[in-house]
Amino acid sequence: MKSLFLKEITAFFGSLTGYLVLVLFLVALGLIVWVFPESSVLDYGYADLESLFAYTPYVFTFLIPAISMRSLAEERRAGTWELLQTSPLSLIQIVLAKYLALLVLVFLALLPTLGYAYSIALLGNPPGNIDVAAFFGSWLGLLMIGATFAAVGLFSSSLTSQQVVAFVLGVFLCFVLYFGFTALAGMVPGAWAYWVEELSLSYHYTSLSRGVIDSRDVFFLLGMIWVFLGLTVLRLKIK
Amino acid sequence: MSLQVAQLSKVYGSQKALDQVSFSASPGRILGFLGPNGAGKSTTMKIITGFLAADSGSVTVLGEDALAHPKRVSAQIGYLPENNPLYLDTYVREFLAFSGGIYGMKSADIRRRTEELIRKTGLQGEQHKKIGQLSKGYRQRVGLARALLHNPALVILDEPTTGLDPNQLVEIRNLILEIAEDKTLIFSTHIMQEVEAVCQDVVIINQGKILSAGSLADLKSTSSQSELILETEEMLELDWFAGIGTASFGSQGQQEVLLTVSDPAEARRTILQVVSQRQLNLIRLNQQEKTLETRFREITQSL
Repeated sequence: MKSLFLKEITAFFGSLTGYLVLVLFLVALGLIVWVFPESSVLDYGYADLESLFAYTPYVFTFLIPAISMRSLAEERRAGTWELLQTSPLSLIQIVLAKYLALLVLVFLALLPTLGYAYSIALLGNPPGNIDVAAFFGSWLGLLMIGATFAAVGLFSSSLTSQQVVAFVLGVFLCFVLYFGFTALAGMVPGAWAYWVEELSLSYHYTSLSRGVIDSRDVFFLLGMIWVFLGLTVLRLKIK
Repeated sequence: MSLQVAQLSKVYGSQKALDQVSFSASPGRILGFLGPNGAGKSTTMKIITGFLAADSGSVTVLGEDALAHPKRVSAQIGYLPENNPLYLDTYVREFLAFSGGIYGMKSADIRRRTEELIRKTGLQGEQHKKIGQLSKGYRQRVGLARALLHNPALVILDEPTTGLDPNQLVEIRNLILEIAEDKTLIFSTHIMQEVEAVCQDVVIINQGKILSAGSLADLKSTSSQSELILETEEMLELDWFAGIGTASFGSQGQQEVLLTVSDPAEARRTILQVVSQRQLNLIRLNQQEKTLETRFREITQSL
């Protein structure tokens, strides 16, 4: 399992696409947080990273399916899936190894944003004046959203042998789960709205990024991850 | 018996891919799995290796039920799938190390086996290249090295020689002979000469049915018979040829007799004696050799 995990990571960094995706992610995020006037923290007047946490999920909707699309789809297309499936690794081990590799990549993509916090802290008045707890709460929320999107992306990759289809499906599913249910909640009447809203990832993410780590939100996101990994295993089993 | 396949059946939609397939393979012998394209060779192999599920029947690998517990036996099986799928953007050694890892080998063992197999498969010159840069013949060797890395007791090679040039073909065949010494080796092919060159046992399959299973020597002895065709101007009678071999009338009616014999030289002499004794007017006496090739064609086309 360890060697599959390592292979996944080296495969990502062994190709130009891997670097391209990470660089584009950081450029897009950098532009949003520091340059674009309507979202720039420099123009905001307060030493916090509100816009980082508000906009990263939008970027994640595209970034994470782009990272995860090849994970299973490419194995199926190239026929190497046959090598994996006839090896002693169980489907659960294969899916977990691939998922953990995706998590590491998401984490690596997010790591440079810690530098943002440092810059903002220096820019604060007096320097170092930043709400550290709120920042890490939000950062953890972001990581969990990334982890959930990774599970969704892995599932879409298991549905097809074509990377592009996996990407489009992944973007669509992430979009529906993150924004779709919130939008739907605005359209359904009264009591239903609450339950529909509960299904929305953005609802739980916003709640986390207030800096209050509520176990209900954490469990919801962990549950989503579990469901999508389970669906992936199931999908690979019935093929 | 290290592999026992019994009454294996598999249906794809309305098409019966395998119909009550049974055969077995034993250690130290090479079994050729022979059949035309689409006969069910790959399907059978995919079921043995646990890639596909069977609809009914059983597969026993080294005493374990392979259909019920595919993961228990998978470490004992070395499998080279059809078309030899590989990670083209990995290096040869990196790929072998990865494969050893997923088979749970220790890194010292992986290193030792990698050295050994790179030498055996003649990959020394290519070992530092990416797999994508290798020619088809060398990729095939990488695939073989991967299948053998974890020292499996049962080696299953699905069409290991398709698309190779004649030199590569001979090299891969020699390699197969070399690795088979202490293993049970099965390989599929649709080429008859291939089987004659390397196998001790042959299983012939067509349209999902086993048509013949046994040793190559047995198959050859039934196929080493010759066919003599005698044609005369007079009407012939079958009991004139009773002692020579099995006789039947040919397409020319009673003027032509087909004789299947095991010793053609002796048979020809006897036939000429009959001709001169009965003062027949000989038109022709032809001899046709039945090779394994014609035998294969007979078997696979008899359906």
